[in-house]
Amino acid sequence: MKSLAELQAIKEKMKNKVVLREGTGDYRVVVGMATCGIAAGARPVLNTLVEEVNNSGLADKITVSQTGCIGICQYEPVVEVFEAGKEKVTYVKMDADKAKRVVEEHLKGGKVVAEYTISAQKV
Amino acid sequence: MIRAHVLICGGTGCTSSGSQDIQKAFRENIEACGLAEEVKVVQTGCFGLCALGPVVIVYPDGTFYSRVTSDDVKEIVEEHLLKGRIVERLVYSDTGSEKVKEEIGNVALNDTVFYKSQNRVVLRNCGVINPENIDEYIAMDGYAALGKVLTEMTPEDVIKVVTDSGLRGRGGGGFPTGRKWALTAPNKADQKYVVCNADEGDPGAFMDRSVLEGDPHCLVEAMAIAGYAIGATEGYVYVRAEYPIAVKRLQKAIDDAREYGLLGKDIFSSGFDFDLHIRLGAGAFVCGEETALMTSIEGNRGEPRPRPPYPAVKGLYGKPTVENNVETFANIPQIILRGADWFASMGTERSKGTKVFALGGNINNTGLVEIPMGTTLRHIIEDIGGGIPNGKKFKAAQTGGPSGGCIPASLIDTEVDYDNLTAIGCMMGSGGLIVMDEDSCMVDMAKFFLEFTVDESCGKCTPCRVGTKRLLEILDKITKGNGTIEDIDRLEQLCNYIKQNSLCGLGQTAPNPVLATLKFFRDEYVAHVVDKTCPAGVCKDLVAYSIDADKCKGCTKCARNCPVGAISGAIKNPHTIDQNVCIKCGACVENCPFGAIYKK
Repeated sequence: MKSLAELQAIKEKMKNKVVLREGTGDYRVVVGMATCGIAAGARPVLNTLVEEVNNSGLADKITVSQTGCIGICQYEPVVEVFEAGKEKVTYVKMDADKAKRVVEEHLKGGKVVAEYTISAQKV
Repeated sequence: MIRAHVLICGGTGCTSSGSQDIQKAFRENIEACGLAEEVKVVQTGCFGLCALGPVVIVYPDGTFYSRVTSDDVKEIVEEHLLKGRIVERLVYSDTGSEKVKEEIGNVALNDTVFYKSQNRVVLRNCGVINPENIDEYIAMDGYAALGKVLTEMTPEDVIKVVTDSGLRGRGGGGFPTGRKWALTAPNKADQKYVVCNADEGDPGAFMDRSVLEGDPHCLVEAMAIAGYAIGATEGYVYVRAEYPIAVKRLQKAIDDAREYGLLGKDIFSSGFDFDLHIRLGAGAFVCGEETALMTSIEGNRGEPRPRPPYPAVKGLYGKPTVENNVETFANIPQIILRGADWFASMGTERSKGTKVFALGGNINNTGLVEIPMGTTLRHIIEDIGGGIPNGKKFKAAQTGGPSGGCIPASLIDTEVDYDNLTAIGCMMGSGGLIVMDEDSCMVDMAKFFLEFTVDESCGKCTPCRVGTKRLLEILDKITKGNGTIEDIDRLEQLCNYIKQNSLCGLGQTAPNPVLATLKFFRDEYVAHVVDKTCPAGVCKDLVAYSIDADKCKGCTKCARNCPVGAISGAIKNPHTIDQNVCIKCGACVENCPFGAIYKK
């Protein structure tokens, strides 16, 4: 090791890989992954979310996790977004493309993608 | 893309309860479920809750599974990792985390009282990173302190920061680390050495092993910093051969650090050279004494030598040497990065920072805990330790191993730091904390530690070699019911003589368990010699088992289970025990369905 810059480079490269273990973040994104969710296609949604969050360098701010059946099986795949001090946002009938848009607009831009939420479905 | 990490403890405790098989099962099941691209399995160091091992933590949720077996793995993978349903029955929770469970439905590691009450500085990476991966250490600010020291600070600056932090030696003596370095730095020599004492020998203490196993790079980094501060280019780690996992991981850490140029020549282009070597100890307790340790590194028989000259002047190979304990070193990188004030803000007036304790004995959460200095013994035992099992009463805590004393229940609100423990005739020691309940005999406990020191005395000086043996003989006499009241006075006299006249720390502290128990539990000694009884019912020669004729139904179960045939009686009639034949094994008490057998 000849310089601090080299050390810093390794740290940057590794940080994304261990940040998962700190479990803190502004957003907690939870994907319903029970049998109903998986059957409806939750797996590509989860993987897209993880990938997009990592690629945009937000891994330290956003935790992507999974949960069991939320109870609204007809709306699967379901993605819930929790933010401290705010009401939970529930996205329904998700797919990989919709997941990308949620990362882009909601998690990065701070603007809820209203048309995918459960309240939009009921109307 | 990896979305979840499965952390499996690979410390000695969990390894012995099968964590290697669990690791293998996880890899197989994850592969079988097609999750290999999404879930990563990481072997880490000790999490601290050894009583509940093997321990598995799943991130990002932080779900904390305890007592996992290979058979449980399939369920965890299929339910939790695949479907996101936490396997409730394996999740550890304690009383304090019940509320969290209700609110969030998942108790994460950090929500448990056991972890929440801790302040992990020394153990910060243990159970978090893979100790065999230097990159993970670097991701957690590893080697940043060494970089800072070599590029921005002078050796004097480093010593000043360590001195200002108030860090004191964690091996037991509590000597200020900064002062030790400052005494060594100015001594001119063609070579100086940094030595790490990893010869952890106190029965029940295993914090040094956990640091070596869980975060070995931390030690490598700290020793290089110490080398820079005192002007040494070589370091030795003296570690017990009984710690094979620790030795293997430390060796890998040294090799990886060399490859990255973090050990070797011209580190960070600063012109500073430093290299490290491991020396294995054969397990002699006396080699934890600094002069004996250095004699052993030199290849000679591990015997202490008189001081002065102190190692700061004439240490390893006759050169100025700084010797510190593993836990002491493990504090150094954080002190450099976060500053002396940060470290000094934790703890009490004269004992700064945190201390790692190895909880053992009659306590629910056997394991490792790191808490700020000045935490009360009550908080350690009742909250973090989860209390005494089976509803028994707390009697005393033994600290400092064979060199230490005990804290009786009446002093449970003592704030644990160097000076408070010394004030009550106890000693911090390396941090072994053995909890004893009401069924423990204090004379027997003192005898246990004396047996240890008699075995481990190196034999060089007479007070220790002969004195400890005589102490043990008197204790043995007392526990057999042959002692007299004069024996107690002789015991005390001999203790003080050994303390004052022994050559090294081993002999000087060997009488401590006797003196401390005499101070707080003299009545128990008196009961042994005057009343010829053992109040706790431990000393076999002083207890007698009897059968309560009113409660005995004559079921014959005790007679059938007695290994020596000491119990007789007709069916459906009260039985009796022949005291001359009875070997006091207690098998009858365990087997009696009516609670008719008692000991006194």
